[in-house]
This record gives sequence, structure tokens and C-alpha cells, in this order.
Amino acid sequence: MDSFDLMKILVGTSSENDYENKQVIIQGITGSFGSTHTRLMKGYGTNISAGVTPGKGGMSFDGIPVFDNMKDAVESTGSTITGIFVPAPSFLSAGKEALACGIKLIVAIPEHVPVRDTIELFELAKENNAKIIGPNTPGVIIPGTMKIGIMPGQPFTKGTTVVLSRSGTLMYEVSYNLSKSGYGQRLCFGIGGDPINGTNLIEALDMVRRYDDVDSVVVVGEIGGDAEEQFAEYVIKVGYNKPVIAYIAGRSAPKEKKMGHAGAIVYGNYGSAESKFSSLQKAHIPVAKSPAEVPTLLRRELRR
Amino acid sequence: MRLLEYQGKELFRQSGIKVPRSTIASSIEEAIRSGSEIGYPLILKPQLTVGGRGKEGAILKCMTEQDIANKFEDLLHNKVKGELPRGILLEQAVDIKEELYLSYFLNRSKRCYSIIASPEGGVEIESAKNKIVVDVPLRGISRETAYRIANDLSLRESLKDPIANILLNLSKLVVENEAELAEINPLVVSADESVIALDSKIIIDDNSLFRHPELVKYEYLSKQESQARKNGFSFVELDGNIAIVGNGAGLVMSTLDMVSDQGGKAGAFLDFGGSATRDSIFQALKLIAGLSQIEVILINLFGGIVKTSLVAQAIFDGYEEGIISVPLFARISGSESDKAKEILREGKARMFDSVEDSIAAVIEAISPKEKKIHG
Repeated sequence: MDSFDLMKILVGTSSENDYENKQVIIQGITGSFGSTHTRLMKGYGTNISAGVTPGKGGMSFDGIPVFDNMKDAVESTGSTITGIFVPAPSFLSAGKEALACGIKLIVAIPEHVPVRDTIELFELAKENNAKIIGPNTPGVIIPGTMKIGIMPGQPFTKGTTVVLSRSGTLMYEVSYNLSKSGYGQRLCFGIGGDPINGTNLIEALDMVRRYDDVDSVVVVGEIGGDAEEQFAEYVIKVGYNKPVIAYIAGRSAPKEKKMGHAGAIVYGNYGSAESKFSSLQKAHIPVAKSPAEVPTLLRRELRR
Repeated sequence: MRLLEYQGKELFRQSGIKVPRSTIASSIEEAIRSGSEIGYPLILKPQLTVGGRGKEGAILKCMTEQDIANKFEDLLHNKVKGELPRGILLEQAVDIKEELYLSYFLNRSKRCYSIIASPEGGVEIESAKNKIVVDVPLRGISRETAYRIANDLSLRESLKDPIANILLNLSKLVVENEAELAEINPLVVSADESVIALDSKIIIDDNSLFRHPELVKYEYLSKQESQARKNGFSFVELDGNIAIVGNGAGLVMSTLDMVSDQGGKAGAFLDFGGSATRDSIFQALKLIAGLSQIEVILINLFGGIVKTSLVAQAIFDGYEEGIISVPLFARISGSESDKAKEILREGKARMFDSVEDSIAAVIEAISPKEKKIHG
């Protein structure tokens, strides 16, 4: 089982909630993407202590010091968390630089990262006992407290459900439906839409397994790969004693067509929605037909 | 990007993997000329990005020039599994003694590359009883691993060297071209004991194409697909009559499913992404306007970072400038949705708060009139 304590790294434990001291570095802070979201994250409560853009060291962005490289940023702040907002072709070098400086958690936002770059960084992170969330993820949000990513704040409310999602907008849509029905979220976690994820569904479940303030998990999956099948098998084998609900997008998509996300493609039965439904059914995980049905199923499971 | 068979074979040839003598032809004159160079008997193979053409009876043997004349045009102009061939490969017929299977692929759940090898080729690998699966490092396989796999296939001694060499070459091909899959099915042993790749299936990681300018020539994009690429959209053309447009691949897929649940058929999947502007949405509508099968447009927009008022303005302008000529229904939720509704109040588009209501309106709009009368 995973000993990585995500919540503790992001916000501290519930008895000593010191998220205000959890410093986050933003790589690519002065780019149009990085700068827009740095303001939004800061406005939401995230403690962004430094930014990195090569050549812009010494500058300040909205009161946040900007450094030329990760070494200077880490030395000056002592941060162990970074959000990577650089363009996909620069992702691998940005990630390597972060790991070399002792970063323990990388939230990897860019879409279109070559899959070999993701694997290379993933292997390097393993050697360094660090974790990657993403790439091609909206990031993570602890509603009402902080967020590292590109998600809007409005759909999310504070609560006790955990949402794990392979899709960005569906994470917002499902959380919005949960919020409307009174089910706030303790954590929403973007697994990412790529074929290779730094943290997969099983690892993400293990990261929140021990928390008493979590009462249920919603998995938002989609066609492609076998992450949901593996997840279902894991729930059967290892068990999870709280209600789990799933929603899977793409059951009407044609085969062998990439449906937007690099990872959303079906080959034969591999990656098909049917395969996912049948695995989840074996694990007694109810699957909602639409995002709006998620809270209905959750209510039913929580009342059992 | 899935390469066509002949493109994959070009990469095989460059990597030192033996393939049969072959030429691609897109006209009957070319075909007859190539026929005399290749010699008879030869095989006609339509070039497609979908599998299973053999089962569809679309691989044809020709014994003479007359045979080509009889069969070529039909093969070139008929769809196989919904796809029109992009040329016909003429290939020397190989006298097959044995059929094997090799593939080198991105193993998603293990987050590494893996090899599958089997002495049972020419069939779908899922049904092969005897297969070897080996996980390999990112940089490719070693000689030792290649020989171990060749050994474990339990073939006769004389085949071990050629198979191990093919594995090493396949590994080099995958690493150098950043392929997600390179499959040889079947890999055949011919009557004269040559080991030859009779088919190819190669998928290149689209996201790595920026560092492989030499592979860009293999890419085939329709007019709409190039338009989508230029604007940073994800776009898939489908065969129904409803265009489904939204911000986010998952959201558009989910909308597709809900439309299909209500009996609708999607004719386009278009995700305009999270950082859309008024102009890019306007471009999305223009792209959709170029698809003749579309009778209605459904926009599902979950506004967050994208300001929904920008989308509303683009829709309004689309009607004003005559780009949109079909009914448009939009579910617009999120930031500035009040302002968005205000903009569209005067226009022809109809707006809804819930996805379900917007889909119901779409289905109503495309239903034949008689159906409405009979309920």
C-alpha cells in the first residue's frame, strides 16, 4: 500500500491544517497560461511562493518572486510541490529539473506531452520517491481550501466525497452535480487524459484511503486503456469499505478513433465501455448513465 | 497516427526488416505497370486504417494482368468497413510455410513498453494460446532479451538468428520513431526459409510528431481535420446528423452518449478546448458548416475558465454572418452565463440550463413531422 500522504503534503493533517504554509512553485509562471492560472490559484487560497521562468529571474509577478531555475526557487522557499505549466515540448526538462531539486509532488498540467517523455519522468520520479499527477490533468483541488491546476472554483464545494477523474470538464460537471445535490468534495483529483498517468486510479484511491473525513469515492472514467478494469479488480482483491460510484464516458464512440484525449481510444474490446461496465459490475460499483445521475446513485449507496 | 500498411513497410525496410516486393498504386495504369515489375501471382491489398480487411474479402490474388484490370477499380472505389482505401498495395505473393506474431507496444497499465511474441500468427493475438509477453526498458531491448524471446518461441535453430534480429530492428524502429505500437502479423517463414513481415500495423504517438518531421508526410487529414488542427480543436467526423460541440473531450463524449441514448446520431465530435476565445469558437462553427450531413448543432458548454459570454457572442455572430444555417441548441452553464443568455435572447439559437433539456430540444428538431402528429 502507498505511504504517500497526499493531503498531508498539500494541506497538512486535519488536526494541524497548515495549508497556508504549504508552498507551491509554478514552473512557467509568466506564460499566458501560467500567469492566468497563478492569479486564479492564489485567489482561491493556494500559497504560491515562487515562480520559475528562465531569463525572468529577479522579476516579480503579482508579488510572487520569479526565478531563473528551480534550484534558486527551491533554495529560497524550501517548497516540495510544483505545478508545471510549460508547453508540452518543455515538460520533460522542467520535470527533471524539479526532481533534481528534491520536489516530491509534481502537478503536470500540459496536454500533448509525448508518451515517452511521461514514462521517462515517471521512472525518474519513482527513483526519487516523488509523485506525478497527470500529465494532461486539470490538477487537484481541495474545495474551499486550495487548488493546483486549471479548474474553475465554482463547481466545487467543501465536503466528504472524493472525485477521481480522467477528464477535466467531466470532473467539473460531476462535481457541480454533486454540489447541487448537497454532496461536497474533500478532494477532486485529475488523473489525466493521457495513456500513461503519473498517478493511476488505484494509487489515487490509496492516497485517500486512510482519511476518516472521506465517506465516498466517485470515479469518472472514459473509454480507452484498462484503468477502470484494474481499479475494479483492485477493489475486489484489496477491498475498500466506503461507497464507490462510477461514471464512464464514451460508450457511443466509434472504435479506433481518438476521442479528443490521447488516451480515449478503443481497440477491439480493449478499452471499450462494455469491458469497463462489466468489470465495475463485478466489483459492485454502480455506474451512472449521466453526470446528473451520479448524486442519485451516491445517495442510494450512502443510505445502505 | 495510424500508418497505412505500405507506410509501415517503408519503416520496416528502413529498419532492416524484410518485406515482400511491393508497390503502391492509385490508378489502374500504375497498377498494371507495377504488376509487370513485381511479377505474378501478386496480391492486391487496399490501404486502410481499419483492420479486418481480409475477413471482408478485400485482399485479392491476381494471376495475370487481366486479373488486375478486372479487380483493381472495384477495390479502389469501394468502402471497406466504412472506409475508402487510400491506394492499393500490389505485393508479390509469398509461399508461406509458417506464420508467427510479433508486436512491440505501449503497455498502458504497466506504464512501460512490452513485447508479445507468438508462434501462432495470422490470427487475432487475443485468440492465440501460446504467447510470450516481455516488458522492456524505454531505451529498447538488449541482444540477450531478443535471443531469449527467439529461444522461447521454440522454433528450429535456423530461425533464431533472423527472429532475434527482427526483434532488435523492431525495437530500434519503435524507439526512433516514437511508435506506440509496431505489430507484424503475420511474420512469415517462406518456403525458402526467409523471415518476412507480410503485414504492418504501426501507430505513432501524435504528440511526438513535432520532433519527427520525416513522418509528417504520412499524415492524412481531411479539410475539416486540418482546419481543426490549425485551431487546436479535437475533431472526429461521424456519420449521423447532429454536430456535438463543447469544451472538453470528456464532456463532448458524455454528450454524445446522452444524445445516443435519446435516439440521436452524432455527425461530428468537436472539442474546442479550455482556452477558447470568441474567434476560435467562431472557427468551430465554420468548420461544422462545411459538413453536409449536419442538420442541427448542439453546444454543451461548461463555462469555468472559458467565459460563456464569448461563446454566446460567437454564436450570435455566426447567425448574423450567415455561417450557421441549421438550428442550434446550447446548454450554457457557468461563468457569465447570464450575460450569455442576454446576448442570445434576440438571436435564433435556443439556450438551456440543463444538458437534458437541450438534448430533448435537439431530438424534437430532427424528428420527422409525422412523428410529432402521431406522438
